[in-house]
Formats: sequence, structure tokens, C-alpha cells
Amino acid sequence: MLGFFKKKKYPQFWKNHIKKVSESIKYSNFENIRFVALDTETTGFDYDNDRILCIGAVAIKNNKILVSDSFEVYIKQDVFNKETVKIHGIRKNGNEIKVSEEEGLIKFLEYLDDAIIVAHHTKFDISMINEGLKRLNVGPLKSKQLDTNYIHKKIASEHRFKKLFSLDELCTIYNIKMHDRHTASGDALLTAYLFLKLTNKFKKNNALNLNDLIKTNYYLNK
Amino acid sequence: MKNTIAERIFDFLKNFPPFDILNKEQLLKISTNVKVIYVENNTFVFKQEENPHQNFYVVKDGAIGLYRAIENDQILVDICDEGDIFGLRPLVQNDHYLMSAKANEESILYAISVDILKEIIASNDKVNKFLIASFSSNIKTPYAQNSTRHLFANVETLESNNSNLTDFRTAEYSKNPVTCSKSTTIKEAALIMSSKRVGSILIIESKNPIGIITDKDLRLKIATGLISIDEKVSEIMSSPVITVSEKITTAEAQIAMLKHKITHLCITKDGTPNTELIGIMSEHDIVVLQGNNPSVLMKEIKRAKDVNTLKYIREKASTLLKSYIEQRIPITFISNIISEITNAITVKAIELSLNEMDTKPPVKFGWLALGSQGRKEQLLITDQDNALVFNDVKEEDYSKTKSYFLLLSKKITEKLNIVGFEYCPAEMMASNPNWCLSLCEWNAQFNTWITKPTEKAIMMCTIFFDYNLIYGDKELVTKMSEFIFKTINSFEIFLNFLGKNALINPAPLGFFRQFLVENDGKHKDQFDIKSRALMPLIDAARLISLSHNFKDENNTIARFKKIAELEPQNKDLYLSCLDAFKILLRFRTEQGIKHNDSGRYIALDNLSKSEKLKLKSCFKPIKDIQDLLNIRYNLAQMM
Repeated sequence: MLGFFKKKKYPQFWKNHIKKVSESIKYSNFENIRFVALDTETTGFDYDNDRILCIGAVAIKNNKILVSDSFEVYIKQDVFNKETVKIHGIRKNGNEIKVSEEEGLIKFLEYLDDAIIVAHHTKFDISMINEGLKRLNVGPLKSKQLDTNYIHKKIASEHRFKKLFSLDELCTIYNIKMHDRHTASGDALLTAYLFLKLTNKFKKNNALNLNDLIKTNYYLNK
Repeated sequence: MKNTIAERIFDFLKNFPPFDILNKEQLLKISTNVKVIYVENNTFVFKQEENPHQNFYVVKDGAIGLYRAIENDQILVDICDEGDIFGLRPLVQNDHYLMSAKANEESILYAISVDILKEIIASNDKVNKFLIASFSSNIKTPYAQNSTRHLFANVETLESNNSNLTDFRTAEYSKNPVTCSKSTTIKEAALIMSSKRVGSILIIESKNPIGIITDKDLRLKIATGLISIDEKVSEIMSSPVITVSEKITTAEAQIAMLKHKITHLCITKDGTPNTELIGIMSEHDIVVLQGNNPSVLMKEIKRAKDVNTLKYIREKASTLLKSYIEQRIPITFISNIISEITNAITVKAIELSLNEMDTKPPVKFGWLALGSQGRKEQLLITDQDNALVFNDVKEEDYSKTKSYFLLLSKKITEKLNIVGFEYCPAEMMASNPNWCLSLCEWNAQFNTWITKPTEKAIMMCTIFFDYNLIYGDKELVTKMSEFIFKTINSFEIFLNFLGKNALINPAPLGFFRQFLVENDGKHKDQFDIKSRALMPLIDAARLISLSHNFKDENNTIARFKKIAELEPQNKDLYLSCLDAFKILLRFRTEQGIKHNDSGRYIALDNLSKSEKLKLKSCFKPIKDIQDLLNIRYNLAQMM
């Protein structure tokens, strides 16, 4: 919210993002909250030098994954790392229709709206997006964020002090059938499944409370 | 925009009816609008009496139980597993839920908006039919007069969708048939036939065919001098003629000819005798078209001089069976034709063996087919089950007579084995001294089985009661049947024992919709379609037929037809058993052809969803007829 006081001239899309998140009135009632499960495919793990190639996302509302409310964008990048192509399968000049990083991120923010982000290792995906936003002279994301890993650690007390889990490991623990891993949309859908199962297990007194959920990822929302 | 998630859902749904009959656009539209829901174990998706949701549901993972509350009990009505649809009927009919849906294990569901489906129903008739069928099979009294027609309707829809239309080959016929009017004289007709070089002439009246004359008529009725050549053709023509439409397939044409014992079919505009004649199809046309023809095979069997020829013909019959199944010819016709061929081969094997004997048979005898061959239900090659009965002889001649027939039987069974009917592992063959008996001995044997119905005796009865005379003296067999009925009538409790046996294999639905599979042994986790689905129906039909003293037919389909006539109050049930039996028999045959075995054990994993649905739809009649037997023969007390 500091943005308003700095009176810096922000582009319209960023002003919209700030306004939507700060003015959202949905957060008080869990059934009304729109969550967006997302995943990114990147050229690598270096925040400074690697770039986002694809963002996939799907919305969750009132314990339902809304397939009609999903998002998928492929981004054209100059940075290319042939080592990670074998993981995500996105070639430099593949068949997908690609847009510029700017267009991709603006579209994503429009889609994101006032939703709460859910991801697996959220810090990585959000940092990559924030680096991209920084190149557009805006950011970081204002949206509230959740991490499936930390919700799991809260529920499974025996795992609390252990390492972080990979998406594969959590899918195995929660008996979720894995299909096309390592496409952004595929992993976003798995994350969404995981989120449905986790929130069902997480219920306290049969009710869900956003604050309790947010408290799980102490490292993200200090 | 690319939508990977919707594509994944598309890929899942396309495997299940009715989604498999949607076109790509329709299914993609559904997939794009799916809502994915996670349901924890023991939580409700909806409750009975609730107003309908906006969506119906497809199970993606897990299992949903449908429960109906009756007073204070929750009755489990159905279990939906992967790919099953539930909660649709109330949406379409604007009615509240009649059942509750509760997760029996944690489940993931796809919720699909009913509005999208309604749009598709309006434009896709097959989907509409599927849904109507699945509703009607859910109603409480499936045997109500009007619903029997729909009971298997979903199967029909699926079948017609799966059958490959290119397998249908329309039969060829002559488009310019030679004709004359009924006032033509026989001599004129014969002259026309000669000049046109044809073997038949059709008699027409205002373009519609009314009769036919063939070379054979001229030979039998004219050349013999019975009728003068100056008479009108109407004197000797065969009338009426059998008419078919030009769309008839080769196989259907063959069946029509066999059924009516004729060699020519008239093709008319709409297939009835009341429209214009447009062509004629002769048996010869078909023979040219298809070498494997049942009547050609029958002729080859009659001409066969050795057992290897018979083996070759039996193999050709298997090819024929395969093509009939592919063309979806009615199973009753298929089993008639195949059993006629099997019987003819057996007769030929007997004739060949008799020729090898040094002397003619000392007394009259009868060769009996037992089990599935006796019931004319043997489609795939299975073991041989047979027996021999010979006329009573003086005591001093007995051992000589018996050795003669044992030797004969050994020769016959050896030949059948070469043809491909393997020896019965339980030695239920006429070459076994126990089953090569005089009439007197057989009567004594049946008397023992009937009056001392041990478990083994009852099992023997189920095999030997379905005997069918293949070759030899009919009178011997009639006497035997009469004796059996007399004995049963004087010892009626026997039928109760037979009834108990019919319930040994309960309807194959264990936990409502789960298949009962074999627990151990070589066929672990496979479904035994013979003992779990076919035998209960065969046993029931036999038992009820016997209770009505009906022994003219052993065939299960014929038995159900007959008892449906005899007991009009149970007609609907018996006819649905008949339908189920036909479907199961075809199913077993298809599986057998596919895996080149007896088709008896079916690996459920290899079945498609629609095949499983098809099987399951047959199980309800099995359960219902077993319930009927249970009550009728007071079996609960005997268990």
C-alpha cells in the first residue's frame, strides 16, 4: 500500500492490481474466496538470470476447482537453457503461441484479480514472477499467498520438522493420481487437487478460516 | 487459448458413456466447464429429498454410494465408481433427489452443468437414448409391462455405436429378374427360362412378386408327368415368395434362406411382398460372394470321406462364426447354424465309425449329445460330452453288445477329438462304460439319481438331463424321457434339490455392483461367465421346464420362451432372462474369439466400461429368477 504514498507513476495494470487486492471484501467468508493454484515453468532456478517460460493456473472456489476459470500463457524469452527443456518440454521455437513477458504478466495479473495464490514452493514461483514485474518497473505481487507444503506441515505434525516435500511426494502421500508432470497447467491442477484435500483435512470445528491457513506459511506472510 | 487442464478432463471423460458418443466440440465444451470436487470419506454429495444441484456428477476417482432411506434404514442401492454418472435424473426431470449420495471412500468428482448437457441432448439423439435407458433401468419395477423394452436399451445403444458399420456387407443380387404373369403357361415360362439361361422365373402381379418357379419345380412336377405343361404357371409356382429389402446383408440373406429352406429371395422396394420387385438373389449369388456358407459347409460335411475333411470344415465354421458375430447377427440364428454344423459333423463321425466296424450294430442305439451341445448352445469349440443308449438285449448277449458299442464309441470320440472337440476331462463320454448303457440300465441310473439326490447325483442330472439325440433311434430316447418324467412326478422333492443346485452360484453381483471374481487358482481375479452368469440361467430354465414336463427343447432360449407361455404371470421375468442369456452367450463367444479360448474366464481389467455395463445389466434377471426359485421351492429351508 506504500505505492499510493510514493505517488510514483505506475502503469494502469499495476494500479488495478493494487486496488483489487487492497479493496477486496471477499476474504472474510471462506466460501467466497477465489484461490488460484499456479505453477510456472522456467529456464532454471536462478532468480537473476533465469526466466519464466509458462504460467499455468486454475481457480478454486467453495471447494471446487473451476476448469472454466483457468489460465495458461507461454512467454517468449531470449534466455534459453537447453538443460531444462527436457524437464518442461518447452522449446525455444516450439508450437505454442508465445507472447512477450510484459503481455504475459499483464494478462496474468488480470486473471489473478483479487485471488489468493496457492502454489507448491510458492516462494520460487512468486519470486520469478516478481523478478519479471521488476523488469516492468512494478512489483512485487500484493496478493496473499499460500504454500501447499506448509499447509501439509501444519497438518502432519510428524513431518513438521522434516524437510520440505516435492509435489510428487505430497501427491503420493495424499493419493492423488499424477498425470503430465512438469507442464505448468498440469502441476497447477495437481496443486489444486492437493489444496482441496489439504483444506478438507485442515478444517477446524468443521469450518475453514483464512487466517489460520495463512498462518501456516509463516515465512511468506510475515 | 490452449487449455491443458480441460484437455486432461476431456481425455478422461471420452472413455465413458455417454461421453464417448459425443463429438469433439461437444465434449470439449463440457470439459472446459467442469468443476472438480473433492469429497472426503463418509461425507454427502447430496441428500435424499434435497432440491437438485445445478450439476450432475461423474466419478473421477474413488467410489460414491447411493443410499435410499426407507423408514430408518439407509439401503445401499448402488455404488458408482470410476466413470459412473450420478445425480442426473432429478436435474432433467426437475425433481428432488430420490437418493442420497455419500462417499464410500475419498473421491474426486467432476461436476457438470446440466444446462450444457441439455443443449447436447437436444442435438444428439444417441445421448438422449442412453440417458433415457439409464433412467428406466433405475426405476423400481424393471419388469413392468412397458419398461421391459427399455431394460436393455442402453446396451443396444452402446452396441450399435460400437459395431463397425463397414463390416456389414450388402449382398449382391440380380437387378433384372426374369418374370412372367400368372396366366402364362408352364411351357411358355420354361421357354423364357431357357432363352434367358436362368434357373428360375418370378411370377408377378402388378409388379409385385407373388410366386416363383425353379428348375427343381419343373423337374419334380412337370418332368414326372404330374402336371401338364399347358397348365398355368400358378399351378406349380411356390407361393408366397420370401421378400427382403435390398439392404440385406449377406449373412442375413443366408439365414433367411436357411430358415425358410429356400434358395431364392425376392428383393422388393421396401422388403415386403406388397411393393415392386426390383431383383432376385439366389443361393448361388451368395456362394459366389462368400465361400464360407453354412449350406455349402453342410454339403461338404455330407460329402466328407475322412475325419481330416471334417476338421477342415469345423475350422471354416469357426471363421463363419466370427464373421456372424462381427455382423451382429442375432445370437439365436448363430447358435442354430453352428449347432446344426456341429451335429452334422458328429453324425458324419458316427457314420464313418460305423463303416469301420466289422458288423452292423447288433441292436438299435441312440447317440446323445449332452451339456451345451445337447442344448444347442455350443458356439465355440469346447469339450465333448456324450452318451450312448442301446436297446435292451437278452442277458447272455449283454457283454457282447456292450463291447460292440464301447468300441464304436471309442472310434467316434477319437474322431471328434481330431476334429477339435477335446476329450472331456471328467470322462463324460460314451466311450466310458458308465455312460454306454442299455435303456434298462439308463432308467435305473436316472432312478437312482432322482430318488437319491446326493450333490453328485444332482450335478450328473444337470449334465445328462440336457441330452439330445444326434443319431440313431428316436423311440429309445422317447422311452427314456417318459421314464424320467414318471420318476420325477412320483418323487417331487427332487425338483427342490435341483432348485437348490440352481442357486449354488448366486447372481454375480457381490457388493451390489462389484463383480464377483474368482478368489484363487489359475483364474484368480477373473470373472467366470459360465458358472456365474450362464449356468444360473441354464439351470433355472431346465428346472422350470422339467416342472412343466417339458422336454421337447433343451435350448435355454427355447425353454425360456416356452415357460413364458406357460406362466404368463412371470412372462416379463422369463423374457428378460432370455434377453440376458442371449447377451451373455454372445459376450462369451466374442471373448472366446478374441482370446482364442473357451471365453469362460474374463479378465475384468480388459473390459471397456460399456462392456462392463452390458454385463451388469444381465445380472438383475439372474438375481430375480433365483429369488423366484427360492420362494417356489422353499429353498431357504433346505440351505
